Amino acid sequence: MKRYFLSVLLPSFVFAEDVLSSGDTAWMLVATALVMLMTPAGLALFYGGLTRSKNVLNTIGMSLGAYAVGTLVWVLVGYSIAFGDGDIVGSGKVLLSGITSDTLKGTIPELLFVAFQGTFAAIAVAIASGSMIERVKFSTYMVFAALWIVAVYAPVAHWAWGGGTSLNFAEMDFAGGTVVHLNAGVAGFVVAMMLGRRRDYGKAAIKPFSPILVSLGAALLWFGWFGFNAGSALVADGVASSAFMVTNVAASLGVIGWIVVEWFVYKKATIVGGASGAVAGLVAITPASGSAGVEGAIIIGLIGGVLGFIGVAKLKNMFKVDDSLDAFWIHGLVGIWGSVATAIFIADYAMAENYSMASQLVNQFKAIGLTVVYSAIATAVVYFIASALTGGGRVDDESENRGLDETVHGEKALNL
Amino acid sequence: MKRIEAVIKPFKLEDVKDALAEIGITGMTVSEVKGYGRQKGHSELYRGAEYVVDFLPKIKMEMVVDDESVDQVINTIVEAARTGKIGDGKIFVSDVEKIIRIRTGETDSEAI
Repeated sequence: MKRYFLSVLLPSFVFAEDVLSSGDTAWMLVATALVMLMTPAGLALFYGGLTRSKNVLNTIGMSLGAYAVGTLVWVLVGYSIAFGDGDIVGSGKVLLSGITSDTLKGTIPELLFVAFQGTFAAIAVAIASGSMIERVKFSTYMVFAALWIVAVYAPVAHWAWGGGTSLNFAEMDFAGGTVVHLNAGVAGFVVAMMLGRRRDYGKAAIKPFSPILVSLGAALLWFGWFGFNAGSALVADGVASSAFMVTNVAASLGVIGWIVVEWFVYKKATIVGGASGAVAGLVAITPASGSAGVEGAIIIGLIGGVLGFIGVAKLKNMFKVDDSLDAFWIHGLVGIWGSVATAIFIADYAMAENYSMASQLVNQFKAIGLTVVYSAIATAVVYFIASALTGGGRVDDESENRGLDETVHGEKALNL
Repeated sequence: MKRIEAVIKPFKLEDVKDALAEIGITGMTVSEVKGYGRQKGHSELYRGAEYVVDFLPKIKMEMVVDDESVDQVINTIVEAARTGKIGDGKIFVSDVEKIIRIRTGETDSEAI
């Protein structure tokens, strides 16, 4: 978040004379609410629309559940691990101890910062749910979500943003390209491998329930992403406005990139593709949103959209892993591109005087490598525990055939 | 008495119904069905995954007419439903043994 800038531009943290800014606080209250909308509305409909009609509610439920459980574990221990004092992991803020309504973080109340960051933790694990849909047990996923935020998300956030030093490689990650998107993409991929493929995968047609919901969900994600990226400035200033601008540009170019390539390859520009391209463009600009200019955002978003399409339409088929809604390809692969691009496309306002692109690229790759390796291993352990605690992670074959809405939740998406 | 079953393209339903009404056909049963013949299906594309959809939506209309009207009805349907392109559909004609109007108990020709 802002920390990277402060560490680049200022010799040390100067929070001693913090004064509350009502402007910053007002903006961050709104930004937090915007990011909240991304999970139980944006992602829920985006993913829900992409799943089959018999599993729509289960898929929506995973986003809703991730947000609820994520909020709980975040205030219990997650925030303490991510933003408490300490090198490898933070501590000392369990149950938000010591934080009152007067405690400040920069120019905003720390409680607001806690809430803002909590929305990031929740959406990260909700993104990963896209790889597991239509077969994972709801109970397993809920336990997984809680454990994953504590054991995977919070430490990675601590190293990048929370004051960890040994594992902080000075990566530029303004709003969570590596911490949220790559982390979630890798986690989804690993769980998809461990769960195994859906019975119908590669055999029967698996058609999306509603491309209408997919496009509405993508639009809500786009809307909420203004809070995600511009809010990551933690203040209401020019950097936040620049982040807002480049976020919008990159998302648009993601749409264009995806459907243009799709047109070349299949002679069709699909709406599901355009919606997916918007998300790919948004993922790509996320780490760069506090440093890239508009020219950079055009290239970052365009390549993000193209890469997302190549990932799900081509590269995915080279693996036998049923990453059902392509969390790895759209958030992981495109997240890596975003992180690399962050070091390449820097606007004048954010350019440090002695900036070396080569050494910054090395920093980016170190953080990418650490995130991939740690997320893969820790996610595997967390999934193994969640699966063991809930008596196996997968629903039985009959439930999978009949659909999880009916067998797990006792509901139907549509009663016509 | 014959039953005439016609499977036609959905967007031709109104044309066929109007044409039949003009020659005095007073009732029919219509259902939305799916199927394929020589037209085969079409393909749908979602995130780079292409699905071939074999069964296409069609309309099946059924009506029962007197023997002497059969040819006229068939000609009317053929004229109204034809586009000249593959997938225009088919007409099936079969014998009907008995017809009863439930409200009055009338039978056969009186019940048509």
